[in-house]
Amino acid sequence: MRFGVVIFPGTWSDCDFHFVIGEVLHQPVKYVWHRDTDLSEYDCVILPGGFSYGDYLRAGAIAGRSPVVEALGDFLAGGGFVLGSCNGFQILCEAKLLPGALLRNECLQYRCQSTFLFVENAETPFTRGLRPGQVLKMPISHGEGKYYGDAETLRILRGRNQIVFRYCTEAGEITKEANPNGSVENIAGIMNEEGTVLGLMPHPERAAESALGGTDGLLLFHSLIGSLIEDGSFLKR
Amino acid sequence: MTGAEPKVTLDLAKAHGLTAEEYDRIIQLLGREPTYTELGLFSALWSEHCAYKHSKVFLRQFPTKAPHVLQGPGENAGIVDLGDGLALVLKMESHNHPSFIEPFQGAATGVGGILRDIFTMGARPVATLDSLRFGDPEDPKTRYLIGGVVSGISWYNNCFGVPNVGGEVAFAPEYRGNPLVNVMCVGLVRKDRIFRARAEGVGNPVLYVGAKTGRDGIHGATMASAVFEEGAEERRPTVQVGDPFTEKLLLEACLEAMATGAVVGIQDMGAAGLACCSAEMPSRAGTGMEVELSRVPLRETGMTPYEIMLSESQERMLLVVVRGREGEVRKVFAKWDLEAVEVGRVTDDGELRVRMDGQLVAQVPVRALTDEAPVYEKPTARPAWLDELHAFDPLDLPPPADYEQALLAILAAPTVASKQWVYRQYDHQVGINTLVLPGSDGGVLRIKGTRKAIALTTDGNARSVLLDPYQGGALAVAEAARNLACSGARPLAVTDCLNFGSPERPEILWQFSEAVRGISEACRRLEIPVVSGNVSFYNETEGQVILPTPIIGMAGLLEDAGWRTTQWFKGPGDRIALIGPEAVSLGGSEYLATCGRRVAGRLAPLDLTLEREVQAACRAAIEAGLVASAHDCAEGGVATALAEACMSGPGEIGADVALPSVGRLDLTLFGEGPSRIVVSIPPMAQRHFEGLMQEWQVPWRFIGTVGGDRFTLRVRGEVVVNLPVERIAHAWRTGFERYVA
Repeated sequence: MRFGVVIFPGTWSDCDFHFVIGEVLHQPVKYVWHRDTDLSEYDCVILPGGFSYGDYLRAGAIAGRSPVVEALGDFLAGGGFVLGSCNGFQILCEAKLLPGALLRNECLQYRCQSTFLFVENAETPFTRGLRPGQVLKMPISHGEGKYYGDAETLRILRGRNQIVFRYCTEAGEITKEANPNGSVENIAGIMNEEGTVLGLMPHPERAAESALGGTDGLLLFHSLIGSLIEDGSFLKR
Repeated sequence: MTGAEPKVTLDLAKAHGLTAEEYDRIIQLLGREPTYTELGLFSALWSEHCAYKHSKVFLRQFPTKAPHVLQGPGENAGIVDLGDGLALVLKMESHNHPSFIEPFQGAATGVGGILRDIFTMGARPVATLDSLRFGDPEDPKTRYLIGGVVSGISWYNNCFGVPNVGGEVAFAPEYRGNPLVNVMCVGLVRKDRIFRARAEGVGNPVLYVGAKTGRDGIHGATMASAVFEEGAEERRPTVQVGDPFTEKLLLEACLEAMATGAVVGIQDMGAAGLACCSAEMPSRAGTGMEVELSRVPLRETGMTPYEIMLSESQERMLLVVVRGREGEVRKVFAKWDLEAVEVGRVTDDGELRVRMDGQLVAQVPVRALTDEAPVYEKPTARPAWLDELHAFDPLDLPPPADYEQALLAILAAPTVASKQWVYRQYDHQVGINTLVLPGSDGGVLRIKGTRKAIALTTDGNARSVLLDPYQGGALAVAEAARNLACSGARPLAVTDCLNFGSPERPEILWQFSEAVRGISEACRRLEIPVVSGNVSFYNETEGQVILPTPIIGMAGLLEDAGWRTTQWFKGPGDRIALIGPEAVSLGGSEYLATCGRRVAGRLAPLDLTLEREVQAACRAAIEAGLVASAHDCAEGGVATALAEACMSGPGEIGADVALPSVGRLDLTLFGEGPSRIVVSIPPMAQRHFEGLMQEWQVPWRFIGTVGGDRFTLRVRGEVVVNLPVERIAHAWRTGFERYVA
């Protein structure tokens, strides 16, 4: 499976994703510059964490209108997958590839800590290797990760099973205390209707080696690689 | 020379912080009166901040050489060899004065400055640490300063994308008007890719890269070289404004430009900006430099040569590149949307020539600005009040009525209590190298592509330095090294930040000289070279001087990342041992400060030979795989160290300990002394551990067992503390947060 990791000016999780995909998962991976628009050689494009374009205006606002993000529409139409983590999730919302928005954390401070995620939907290409209700451990690191959607957006997300992860306790309870940023309904990650775009605030690339505190992040990659092998789509492209 | 500038007089020179003697010396060096711009250059480069004029004679005592030292003091940062073709770059710096005037930007630009010091050497920053000091936490002003400083560090650090892996925060009323913000940074570089701040190669072009120049921070270096009077906050315009996004671009562009092979030398335009770079870079190379200021990218109109030279606008670098290869470098900076403009060239005559629109506005021999800067050996005097402090015997105070309450009070003291509120605002994982997160004795990072890891710590206990600056200085080094030993690392190098009051006062300079002597002695005996550092004098506001506060930053190496060890107890049934001597004192202790509300008495003696052996024994046990946890006994004594080992990890666990009595109960529990480490040993490893300790011949004994959910301390067979771990953990977790949340 061929991965492309996008670098915007101000991105900092690019090297981390590149390392995990290349050195831990042993998959082919290349960097994609923010002005590139030809994504035809990739199966999955990753929008990593960081402060793209300094997050000036709003987090992800400028990157959401950059050449590489504008090229994602065609890439998805051609059968590609997109994973946005942290700033990548913010960019996907700004680009309207995912509904809703990410606001300043309710505590008004940056938060770097471990979180637990309740797997709400285990039938997506990113989560099919998981069990519904499984609890994953993954760290967060952001100042603007409070997911917000209006009542109609939330109704649609729920109805179409687009909510993929919610913040929970270690035991899997979805409580206010387990919510690190004040996200509505403890939402940590959502996908588009087709299931080809996943956005989440936590960092799967920081949970990919046991020496660093856990490997639950790898489960997302394993699911995705498995999905592509099984339906043969990566052989066709 | 231009005629539009103010007439230079002795009064004007004095207003620039120069003395009459210094002004005479300038006239003598130039053979004439300086121009206004030249006066600005001298005032900045001869400031304490740039010239170390009051500290230089003392700093010569530091041991700075060792086979693994690739770069000692005198450059932007120090460098040590890590093996495997890699080197570690390290430096610590203060941003105290700006942080008091404007805490958010002051602290943020402190982070920005130290990051540039590291990547200007060709290294990628891999970690930062910060040591902070504030006044009484009850004071609302303190809360404002903590909030501003922590969010400023958080903003710059996180946006730039470097993990903050450790540090410390302490409080004392003496820091009320003068908080301390010391930031340490380390970076990794290939040994064959090290860059230095030298203007080599006559005729080579000088490139200005990075952000545009504005009027911010003019005279920042001079401000940092004077005491504050009332109304210091009005100096806000002398504080720089940071932009971590531009800094991140500057990092990537500089490293990419260096990889082309076209860069000859590079220096950060930090304190004293272009003035400092255009003098220091040729001075180090024995060359000269010409600059044309009309080519400098400006973000304000009407800036004078004086202002352009002295601006401390952030995120700028000065590069010397190979003549004919400017295009390659410019292309890299254009890719990252940054300016790279040729503003001058390297000359062979040792002069700095500054022109504006072709007209000469300053011409000074570069050595006059650097090597010829005045060096003073001002008088020192031991303060008479020390005798009074030493005469106080803490054991004259009655013992506490309730030892459990005393322990809880110490754990809840803001200096001891958990700093999670601070470090959870810092990204500590970006880069995916952090093996030990903040909250243990040292932060540990792996080095990708090798089996190795580095351990980092910052330490300083100003109370000890106040009572005995010589031993206090030595203790700071010993404690930092001990923290690294507890993490499983062998110390490699020291970077320091020496924060003191005005060196023009003999008592302050005595504290400084004694502390430097102590640091030097400890570094020599423990064989740890000092490779970089910073002196911050004039930490006084409205007559209130800070506690003498040398902060030691230290980096260590673990040949095998698997050796890394954390401070918290792991498994029930593990045996607890105390390695080290019995000698402790309540003089200058946390217990005396918290429960007795005073800082006085004498310190327990420091034996550097024993210190070295205890650390080596601890490391040997760790490397043999016998140690489940190791924690240094510091503020609050052995009782506090044991309590911390029970509750600072991911889960809480109890312990039952019988402490060897060393006299009165409060002394036994809370007495502080050097060279003491609490370790826990799995039962299977017990015999092996006993044998190893015998081999090393260090004082040690088993004192208890890990397990259960209570924290129990016994002395002479009597239970003196018996509390649920939950209870001590609550005191410790909320002790600091209650002031800031």
